[in-house]
Amino acid sequence: MEAEINDGLFYKSAAELEKLLNSGEISSVELTKKMIDRTKAIDGKLNAFISFDEEKTLDEAKESDARRKVGKKLSPIDGIPVGIKDVISECGQPLTCGSKMLEGYIAPYDATVIGRMRDAGCVLWGRINMDEFAMGSSNENSHYGPVANPWDTTRVPGGSSGGSAAAVASGEAVLALGSDTGGSVRQPAAFCGIVGLKPSYGAVSRYGLVAFASSLDQIGQLGRSSEDVATLFQVISGHDENDSSSYNFEKKDYAAEVRNFQRKKTIGVPKEFFGDGLDSEVKSAVEDAISFYENAGHKIKDVHLEMTEYAMAAYYIIATAEASANLARFDGIRYGYRSNAAQNAVDIYYRTRGEGFGAEVKRRIMLGTFVLSSENFESHYLRAQKVRTLIRRDFMRVFDDVDALITPVTPTTAFKIGEKTSDPLQMYLADIYTVPINLAGFCGLSVPCGFSSGGLPIGMQVIGKPFHEHEILALGNEFERAHEFKNMHPAL
Amino acid sequence: MESDKNSKHSMDIDRVAMLARIHFSDGEKKELARNFDSILKFLGKLLEVNVDGVEPSAHAVPLYNVMRGDESGETLPRELALGNAPKKRDNQIIVPKVVE
Repeated sequence: MEAEINDGLFYKSAAELEKLLNSGEISSVELTKKMIDRTKAIDGKLNAFISFDEEKTLDEAKESDARRKVGKKLSPIDGIPVGIKDVISECGQPLTCGSKMLEGYIAPYDATVIGRMRDAGCVLWGRINMDEFAMGSSNENSHYGPVANPWDTTRVPGGSSGGSAAAVASGEAVLALGSDTGGSVRQPAAFCGIVGLKPSYGAVSRYGLVAFASSLDQIGQLGRSSEDVATLFQVISGHDENDSSSYNFEKKDYAAEVRNFQRKKTIGVPKEFFGDGLDSEVKSAVEDAISFYENAGHKIKDVHLEMTEYAMAAYYIIATAEASANLARFDGIRYGYRSNAAQNAVDIYYRTRGEGFGAEVKRRIMLGTFVLSSENFESHYLRAQKVRTLIRRDFMRVFDDVDALITPVTPTTAFKIGEKTSDPLQMYLADIYTVPINLAGFCGLSVPCGFSSGGLPIGMQVIGKPFHEHEILALGNEFERAHEFKNMHPAL
Repeated sequence: MESDKNSKHSMDIDRVAMLARIHFSDGEKKELARNFDSILKFLGKLLEVNVDGVEPSAHAVPLYNVMRGDESGETLPRELALGNAPKKRDNQIIVPKVVE
């Protein structure tokens, strides 16, 4: 029996593991130990983890087992190891943001989401690799080395939450937290063949999430099923007075809503997401998924989001402008890296930032500073803010007639490591289908919907109205139940 | 529509680097100039959009001026707050001399 449980253990869902924990067939300590051992064995190939504190992690698992023994389980994911993207503060643990700038930094407090996961009994499992300060689409911008895609280790896992996606896809973690500013949860989820949710702006507190672009950032959830993702979303979402952009919306019982997919919906298909540049295999996999929903009794409707072609330009102005302001705090004075080359007080800023930030982060700070400078403010920044209004209006209008939209997540499957590093603009375009959702503040779910002829995962994006995560998670679950994709795993 | 002369499709790297407080090597500056050439052209696409009479949106959630009560709460203990300072002494951060 033991062998049978262990064989498939790494790919069991949180829901299945909960049953095993409840019945006593396995303990949280056993489960966590196995995750740690697996990570030690295979992460040399993937580099999904920047660091982990084995003793602390096992202590949390022990506490969970003690609770369960006396019938005081805190939540359905009590005792489940959840990976933490290294951009979210966990008190007493390193917080590098994938940057040399924060090498050696120890977080002095918990993010709100971490506090809520503690209250739910989760095992906080490791500090997960990412593009530096969450800027990137391939996880090649980490000071701690690139992450490899578990399906083909010569390819990227996507970014910026590439480590989170690789860890979940390879069975190193059951679930993981990521962050999504323009696609950083959904795009790596698609490249790695797992489920990733970008919640509506305001649904999850950003307190303790190191800021990239504050008006777009959301903490997202990655897992191997929509149901698992719903359970983690349930735990961490909801209003928080420590984040003034957090919205006091009506929470649902997400796990229950997800299982109840009887209500037939109207699903919109925006033509602008299926044009030039979309790989034919990705296109046909997403179209097959749309046919599945149609055959299941949902109504499919062609819609138009005319502003889509302007979303990337608006995004790169708004996101870099906000990043240039947010990253001004890294000055070498109060925390983090300080250059030894600085000769005087002012030079500390220039040298520290020149040495401490990587190329892509500096590029974006420069771009953001440029668009905010007085001569470009109106022509670039203010104009981009107005275009954002138009993009949001587009979405609101379309959602008058539909409950959800289905699109591809990415124009292609995972590309080769090194393929796009010399051309930042080409790299930016990897997020062309995910960025508009952040600008509009809607929610989006990446769901595995096929494989390319080369054996690489393909994802579809299910987009929902703000604070209607339950609807897209239910659609994701309905698709997963009828397909085998969630039971397909990379050979490592 | 705003006139095209306001929109710059090239960047004065030295000036922006000064504003951003980042030191770059000459090699890095060359690379940036090459990158920004194509990136700024791409961003110029927004000039096609008619934004007359459109209000800018700072974010996507209908929340404005969120305030909390002016009550003191818990703060980080000094030791923790200074825990990550690169150089410190006697509960203070050490920096190079500011006034010569």
